[in-house]
Amino acid sequence: MKLRQKIEEKFFLGLMIFATWFILIILAVIIYSVFEKGLKAMSWEIVSQIPKGGYYYGKGGGILNAITGSLLLASGATLVAFVIGLPVALYMNVFLVRRQRLVNLIRFLLDLVWGIPSIVYGAFGFTIMILIGLQTSLLAGIITVSLFILPIMIRSMDEILRTVPVGLMEAAYSLGANKSETAFKIFTRQTISGIITAILLSFGRAIGDAASVLFTAGYTDNLPNSLLEPVATLPLAIFFQLSSPVPEVQSRAYASALVLTLIILLASLFSRGVGKRYHKTKINF
Amino acid sequence: MVVSLVLLALLPFLLFTGLYLKSFLLLRDYNIIDLLFGREWKPAAGKFGFYPFIIGSVWVTLFAMLISAPICILTAIYVTQYTRKWFLRIMHPAIDILAGIPSVVYGLWGVLVIVPFIAKYLGPFVGIKTMGYSILAGAFVLSIMIIPFILNILIEIFRAIPDALKEASLSLGATQWQTVKSVLLKKALPGIIAAMGFGLARAFGETMAVLMVVGNVVKVPHSIYDPGYTLPSLIANNYGEMLSIPKYDSALMFAALVLLVVSLFFNLLMHFLISRYNKY
Repeated sequence: MKLRQKIEEKFFLGLMIFATWFILIILAVIIYSVFEKGLKAMSWEIVSQIPKGGYYYGKGGGILNAITGSLLLASGATLVAFVIGLPVALYMNVFLVRRQRLVNLIRFLLDLVWGIPSIVYGAFGFTIMILIGLQTSLLAGIITVSLFILPIMIRSMDEILRTVPVGLMEAAYSLGANKSETAFKIFTRQTISGIITAILLSFGRAIGDAASVLFTAGYTDNLPNSLLEPVATLPLAIFFQLSSPVPEVQSRAYASALVLTLIILLASLFSRGVGKRYHKTKINF
Repeated sequence: MVVSLVLLALLPFLLFTGLYLKSFLLLRDYNIIDLLFGREWKPAAGKFGFYPFIIGSVWVTLFAMLISAPICILTAIYVTQYTRKWFLRIMHPAIDILAGIPSVVYGLWGVLVIVPFIAKYLGPFVGIKTMGYSILAGAFVLSIMIIPFILNILIEIFRAIPDALKEASLSLGATQWQTVKSVLLKKALPGIIAAMGFGLARAFGETMAVLMVVGNVVKVPHSIYDPGYTLPSLIANNYGEMLSIPKYDSALMFAALVLLVVSLFFNLLMHFLISRYNKY
């Protein structure tokens, strides 16, 4: 081998190793700075109380309003997306199994919808709200966010439903099951871990997105009492508090970021654990 | 099931129609060329020039791609060709976590780490006075955000290349890197371009993280150290007052429409490219 070749070989290998470690180190730095800043600012008061008077000038209170709001909003949106999404994904993989061209067209459309930025959903949700006379509220937030996570939910369930072998469907038919029974009783059971993963993934997306709730869910210092009241959300709590000039308020943004990151990391960890746990109910081919 | 399916399939068209109808007021009174290339943004005086925002978005997106494209390609080659399987098993959760971190947290990290770094070290180093809130900060934070997205696609693409191709090249005496350079990269080129296109579309519409670090000054930027303003930030920052000035809401919906069209266009183009490529 010529020297030049050898140098080229080593040079690019070095670059590749550098790039890979760059990504891992950046990840570590992000996690570290969120935890370092967040833990310093964290206290029981912050996660257990709603903002008190003078909160935004550095006086007492916490972000319980945002935590509750975010959890309610994300759970609601995930629920709506699941209720609409599961039948669609099953329909694509059980009823339309003989019409692959159509299914591929649907997949393509879903991928297109997936790529639309969340702020566009926010703007669209806002126009819909004006159209039907809805105020900024938990309900409007749930509707918008569920639209936004629907393609994610369906496509991830679809990816897992695709892996179900044809033999299982044929076995179900031969035992006299009809299509709905096959879909809802056999397919869901076979892919339960994948479905839970899809739900958790969508939940993570729903709770972390700020742009789509900015217009639609509003912001409030109170805990939500009904679907028609505005709610605070964690991403917006971070955003608003960080732009405050008061250091105490800024540090609460760090605490909020820590809470949000922890929720998302937990959901992600949980979805990894689920895969192993539900292995027993799965028929292996 | 059928109803929800049909509704879902219509969603892109619904989004388009909804936003178009809202921005119709603006499109009726102004020439679309003037809107897109006008430099003056004075909503109260009825002047809506989107050029500063569009150019801000384009700069931030392109610089972000410039940073993350080489990193993603190099990493994808490394983890699929050079390392053992266990390394990929470590990388996957890492990529998942990176993908899961919400954009506000990226923004927060940008404000805490990147912006001070640019203001204190990089700015003086190149001899420019900067606040740190700049196109560069936005591009850097954005590039980190889209890494997991692009990297996942690239890893899939490199893994899909048949081993026989590599083996043939190696058996002819090519070195590992020569094989990568003249066989793998050539074979994966359409896939790589598609991955970049998807990443670009994603980056163009990213809102919160960029909004937090880019500075938000309505001006055509002259260098990457200047603050800028992006289309998504424009929408996000002004939703509060958009009903108080005539046509302002229309203008913001027009911005959303532009984002939608750009996103749909790039995604369509890349899907087309991939489907062509899969035929071989």
